[in-house]
Amino acid sequence: MRRRSLASFVGLGALAIAAAANLNAASAETITIATVNNSQMVAMQRLAPNWEKATGNKINWVVLEENVLRQRVTTDIATNGGQFDVLTIGSYEAPIWGKQGWLTEVDDLGDAYDYDDLFPSVKDAVSVEGKMYAVPFYAESSFTYYRKDLFKAAGLTMPEKPTYKDIESFAAKLTDKSKEQYGICLRGKPGWGENMAFFDTLVNASGGRWFDESWQPQLDQPAWKEALTLYVNLLTKYGPPGASSNGFNENQALFASGKCAMWVDATSGAGYIFDASNSKVADKTAFAAAPKGSVDTGTAWFWSWNLAIPKSSTKAAVAKQFLAWATSKDYVQLVGKTDGWPTLPPGTRKSTYAIADYMKAAPFAPIVQQAIISADLKHPTKDPVPYTGIQYVAIPEFQALGTQVGQNVAGALTGQMSIDAALQQSQATALSTMQQAGYL
Amino acid sequence: MAAQTGPATPIGKQLAIGAVAWIVALLMFFPIIWMVMASFKTEVDAIATPPLFVYTPTLENYAAVNAQADYLKFVMNSVVISLGSTILCLALAVPCAFAMAFYPGPRTRGTLLWMLSTKMLPPVGVLVPIYLIGKQIGLLDTRTILIVLYTLMNLPIAVWMLYTFFKEVPKDIIEASRIDGASTWQVISVVLLPLVMPGIASTGLLSIILSWNEAFWSLNLSASNAAPLPAFIASFSAPQGLFWAKLSAASTMAIAPILIIGWLSQRQLVRGLTFGAVK
Repeated sequence: MRRRSLASFVGLGALAIAAAANLNAASAETITIATVNNSQMVAMQRLAPNWEKATGNKINWVVLEENVLRQRVTTDIATNGGQFDVLTIGSYEAPIWGKQGWLTEVDDLGDAYDYDDLFPSVKDAVSVEGKMYAVPFYAESSFTYYRKDLFKAAGLTMPEKPTYKDIESFAAKLTDKSKEQYGICLRGKPGWGENMAFFDTLVNASGGRWFDESWQPQLDQPAWKEALTLYVNLLTKYGPPGASSNGFNENQALFASGKCAMWVDATSGAGYIFDASNSKVADKTAFAAAPKGSVDTGTAWFWSWNLAIPKSSTKAAVAKQFLAWATSKDYVQLVGKTDGWPTLPPGTRKSTYAIADYMKAAPFAPIVQQAIISADLKHPTKDPVPYTGIQYVAIPEFQALGTQVGQNVAGALTGQMSIDAALQQSQATALSTMQQAGYL
Repeated sequence: MAAQTGPATPIGKQLAIGAVAWIVALLMFFPIIWMVMASFKTEVDAIATPPLFVYTPTLENYAAVNAQADYLKFVMNSVVISLGSTILCLALAVPCAFAMAFYPGPRTRGTLLWMLSTKMLPPVGVLVPIYLIGKQIGLLDTRTILIVLYTLMNLPIAVWMLYTFFKEVPKDIIEASRIDGASTWQVISVVLLPLVMPGIASTGLLSIILSWNEAFWSLNLSASNAAPLPAFIASFSAPQGLFWAKLSAASTMAIAPILIIGWLSQRQLVRGLTFGAVK
């Protein structure tokens, strides 16, 4: 009897240990996160051990160049490969992939997540028919950087919301090519996410649009010609040499080295410009809103980097835990306390702009906040459009189309083709793309 | 060789040839020098216009690269994958080339051309089928799938190279050893291999270099466990922010081992590549 109870006891003990081991094995998972090498993402990678320690889970990181990541992840999702549990995707892909059923809905991260704290425009950018397919990690808009020292010396005043006419006249007065001082720096490198990001906001400001409500391309309309004429004028007369090969990074370096009097580009560049270890103009830079034209709709762009879970992931529950942590208010505080307040992931949560330390350390924060609040992805242009997106059109065909049109815009800038030829060719490309894709 | 057999080359001509050789060598090596130089610059110096030739060197990029990624894990994957695929490739290519060189059949030439034709298909054309096969047999993100793929990828080149080397060996030697009663294995291992060792070494080195540098399959079929050095380099390119100096540091670290191996074995490599070219 005694022997039997001892055996039962040992047996039960063994079962309990096995159960506990099983429980541990079930709760501790390893997830794979595919991401890009942006400074905000690098910070997330550096801070992630906090989450690993708190939950017992482990993370494998796959860091890739943006286009490689897009192709790699597309292959994996389309074949249901299941190699990744969390993805970093842009606001362009999120609704397209969500609509295609490639992403898991992320509306259920819990009450503590505080969805109402997210800016509505940011939520809209990653949602399809009211369902969120990604959570925003950080968001950016565009605004005007300018050199307050040069403006003061020339007796000029930058309005809070300049017009492109203002910008043109300032650029004329501030250009001194003999001193390598250029009135304005703008993106010229062809690509849907490069020159077209800026150029689309200029088209919006001129009253143009990509398509009318029945998806007819509108690139041969006067607004596009007005926008392209102004763009070519600004850069050829007052821009740096070789402007057609300058993207965000190159212009950021030009502005930081003191060669541009004005620069209209992403708000996410401000941290770098304000960092005196990189920038010669850290204490000489001020900001104004993105310029407007005859129209003041869609003049500042909107872009967000988001975290999403592919449908093929078998560890969605743990992946959601990570999403909830990495895009939470607590994470924002953690970055501020660890890496410094100006480096917070900006533009996604209202509560970020209630942090006094951040508002003090980042003078550009109120303009970014205003730009994000006023971004209306559903109504980006003067006339109604069937698409969403301010500096892009959220349809799968846009990547290729945007880049082809970007090449024509760059062609007009370098003088390889006339403005009229560039627009005619772009209109023809857009028309055939839309016909082939079945929109027309 | 020409100098030994023909009349002495005039000194002026020798100097001119030397100068041209140096210019060509420098032109070819310049991108690597520039990359190594950029790896010791700050990010701002790395993109300065005009480019900086004189600057204050810094090790900060190497420190940042080391802090951000586990270099040794990537190196280990590269070493295992490139050595594994090379050994497998040679194990298959040597008997194959032996049979084709010494016992050619009516379709040997056609088979050789057909093997080479597999190199003409752009890899992206078979990405999805190979990805699906990898998924089905559970080999995605493993070294095994990359070893197998690189073996298949380098096999046509290895067979062609070895075939050329084997053809240089007089058939009489093989026949003589046969008459002496050597088996096929003995013919290959005792008679043939010592004769063509430089050729095999250079084929192996070429296979290692091609596997080491291969980026398309390594980026597409690996995630975190089996990722070799090309994936390590790719992780330092960024859509926003400056990255040239860090990318250069990562690239320098990635090519350093293979550059050192190439340097140490250059005598063998050159001897192998020119084997049979001059009789």
